[in-house]
Amino acid sequence: MFVDTPSKQRVETPPAEPARRRSAVKAAGLLAALALLVVVATASIAVGAKPLGVGQVWHGLFADTGTYGDVVVGERLSRTVLGLLAGAALGLAGAVLQALTRNPLADPGLLGINAGASAAVVTAITFFGVTSIGGYVWFAFAGAMLVGALVWFLGGSRGATPVRLALAGMAIAAALQGYLQAMMILDEAALGRMRFWTVGSLSSASWQSIGQVLPFLAAGTVLALALARPLNAMEMGDDTARALGAHLNRTRALSMLAATLLCGAATAACGPIVFVGLMVPHVVRSFTGPDLRWILPYATVLSPVLLLGADVIGRVVVRPSELQVGVVTAVIGGPLFIFLVRRRRTAQL
Amino acid sequence: MTTLKTTRQPVLRIGGRVSLRIRIRSVAVVLLLTGVALAAAVVLIGTGDFPMSFADVLSVLVGSGHPADELIVRELRLPRVLVGLLVGASLGLAGALFQAVSRNPLGSPDILGLGQGATAGALTMIVLFSGSAAAVTAGALVGGLVTGTAIYALAWKRGVHGYRLVLVGIGVSAVMTAVNSYLITKADMVDAARAVVWMTGSLNGRDWAQVWPLLALCAVLVPVVLANERGLRMTEMGDDASYALGVRVERLRLVLLACAVLLASAATAAAGPVAFVALTAPQLARRLTRSPGPNLVPSLLMGAALLIVADLLSQRAFGSDQLPVGVVTGALGGVYLLWLLVTERKAGRV
Amino acid sequence: MNRLSAENVTLAYEQRVIARELSVEIPDNSFTVIVGPNACGKSTLLRALSRMLRPSEGRVLLDGQVIQSLPAKKVARTLGLLPQSSVAPDGITVADLVARGRYPHQGLLRQWSPEDERVVQESMERTGVAGLADRYVDELSGGQRQRVWIAMALAQETPLLLLDEPTTYLDIQHQLDVLDLCAELHEEHGRTLVAVLHDLNHAARYATHLIALRGGEVVAQGAPRDVVTAELVERVFGIRCQVIEDPEAGTPLVVPAARKARAAAV
Repeated sequence: MFVDTPSKQRVETPPAEPARRRSAVKAAGLLAALALLVVVATASIAVGAKPLGVGQVWHGLFADTGTYGDVVVGERLSRTVLGLLAGAALGLAGAVLQALTRNPLADPGLLGINAGASAAVVTAITFFGVTSIGGYVWFAFAGAMLVGALVWFLGGSRGATPVRLALAGMAIAAALQGYLQAMMILDEAALGRMRFWTVGSLSSASWQSIGQVLPFLAAGTVLALALARPLNAMEMGDDTARALGAHLNRTRALSMLAATLLCGAATAACGPIVFVGLMVPHVVRSFTGPDLRWILPYATVLSPVLLLGADVIGRVVVRPSELQVGVVTAVIGGPLFIFLVRRRRTAQL
Repeated sequence: MTTLKTTRQPVLRIGGRVSLRIRIRSVAVVLLLTGVALAAAVVLIGTGDFPMSFADVLSVLVGSGHPADELIVRELRLPRVLVGLLVGASLGLAGALFQAVSRNPLGSPDILGLGQGATAGALTMIVLFSGSAAAVTAGALVGGLVTGTAIYALAWKRGVHGYRLVLVGIGVSAVMTAVNSYLITKADMVDAARAVVWMTGSLNGRDWAQVWPLLALCAVLVPVVLANERGLRMTEMGDDASYALGVRVERLRLVLLACAVLLASAATAAAGPVAFVALTAPQLARRLTRSPGPNLVPSLLMGAALLIVADLLSQRAFGSDQLPVGVVTGALGGVYLLWLLVTERKAGRV
Repeated sequence: MNRLSAENVTLAYEQRVIARELSVEIPDNSFTVIVGPNACGKSTLLRALSRMLRPSEGRVLLDGQVIQSLPAKKVARTLGLLPQSSVAPDGITVADLVARGRYPHQGLLRQWSPEDERVVQESMERTGVAGLADRYVDELSGGQRQRVWIAMALAQETPLLLLDEPTTYLDIQHQLDVLDLCAELHEEHGRTLVAVLHDLNHAARYATHLIALRGGEVVAQGAPRDVVTAELVERVFGIRCQVIEDPEAGTPLVVPAARKARAAAV
């Protein structure tokens, strides 16, 4: 199992003075990341079939007088907002899951959450004749929550271990994958819709679907950020965590809940977007170090940078058509991920 | 035959120079699995729109059957079943090799992106060129081999480390999955339906043209792999320990990974990326033989038996050719993992 | 000419150089112990001597030939290694694991000779694990497990045996067991043993030849009686101490200075 591989990390005890300076650097980095996010979000509104200047974007956002430019801004705004929310949710969920399972490869896919959402959507299409994106959301969310809960119970609920959770997720994803494929082969209508949904895209964003998932995203975000401290303790292994006075079971249950809320809501709104949740926490960790109190906020800010950036690129490269954001994140993220894997010292692998 | 005192294992001695170790339980498992695979194959040959009894099929196979039966068996059903056996065997063996080399029970061709790579090749042919069945097979083969080489090259850094191999494989796999999803959105409905069936893995309409290349490949690679099994068993103890015992670890890995990539790519080209056979066959085989080590022969036979039984199930349960075999192996794989989870938990091992 | 030696080797992991132009000779039929502070390169040197690590410059010679140029199995019949970290395969029995030490003596058609049988049995008896033959390795205690690994290395039947920190994680009784076993192997069979040890007093008591490393350089080598002095310990480990005669064995015994005396020195 991936999770079993012990990482032989060096114990470093940095002197106090530089540690404080390092905190300052990290805080400044976070501000820079926020600035980057603003730039990317602006680009996401400006770039498209009709390109807009920064001035026009400003006008549309803060002095809407109903010009053509303002209408375009309004249309692209919902897509950008969804990208922001979904990106933040996926990055945060990924960081929490990686800490929870002590597995650098944990992502929503590993715990079966994507498969749960997909299976629920295909069920909605095949058996309930749901055709609107707004209609999928509830099914996808319910599917993700259901599978999240199932993984938790099969993984041993109170006695859950990282390995067991990962195995349970894989198992359920496998079984659901068979079901999903069967439905897509038997029902042509399901195939027709599912093939677009499973790529993962922001193009169907609407204020309605944002409104539907927003409460869950907000709850999940607050919960996840509050878990930084207990998860920090858990990263050092169960025994050490217990010795430090952490509540293992409570932290595990709440982490699963937070991750499921976040991934479920994001997946419901834009389809299964892989890799953001896997990659961003990885990248972030390489310069914040293992402290989740830094990893979580960084992942929250940088994941939407990746997602929106990928979305902008997807809109530019094959104009006038567009590449789905899920494709772009994987094509950019894959090589970057491999680069990071190669750079790590063998001892740590 | 004498019995080993230290490990209580029989040893077959021929003259003074030849001595082979035998595990009785492993031999029993091998015989059992061979029996199951062949029996299921005979039943499968008898299954379809024109059913035949077990005895009828056997008499056709030994060459004394009814001429009409003979035509159906020779031209349609036998090659399909042979493809199933060969694909299952190749996947089982490739899975065992990948798991042993990466020292990870999840290190199977599906997880490492070989399946996705082969799929990308096949989809390129289906979607962009509306290619023939032969073109799709060729595309899948090329896709699998290129992906396999890329994973090895990208994971190589003063040797291939098991964990790095898995991580790089997952990265490659994610990229290929995205490419595949994209290709499917670009396809028209007919091609998309064809693509999904291919991606699920199916034995429908397989004929002698698929049998011969697979058979030839297996005939060459299986002996190569088995000759290296003892060395592979040593590497379980870690690189240093096995190197100290005189195993050339890196060369061994290169040879075995190359064999595994060839086997998995050829199998995928013939039947599509049938899910979970490569992942589960070695684990199941290992639990049956209760023997440490890579269990290559039991894994190979387990793969063949699994695929044939799954195909039989899919034909019996859903009617002929309704649902391809990949749906059943996927579902079986999931159930198996869950079962594993529950039993291992009871045993307190996970 | 000794059987095993390193000539001007430079040892490095990736770009990080551990030792430059290091030369050591392992005297034949000696029990050589390499000592030094953490990160002085002692395990790295052992890895180079056992061909686990290829020197970026210089060469390691076994019987006068560059060790990397010899066939892997041939080296494995001459030189055995007990690595620091080995993984027992899941569900393997003690006898099976020890039997794996016979690998370099076997071939595709010669998988288990009466000779193999005899050597495995003997190795288990020597290390006192014969009674555990049918037990699973995962079930054993740390001390038992270490003896099983030593039995495997013994089954390899090599005139040279290298051990990387064989006593780590063992309690004092098992540490002494392992070291006694090493001493027996050395005395009775004239095997050449090379071990990396942490405990200087163990090294002084058991070694016939001591190599002290610091920062990738050989600071001193020779018989413990000649090498272990207060001045050397301070130079190698940076601690003040007295060296007295071990009342039991007559070998040098290092007694670190009391805390206050050491603090005063700094």
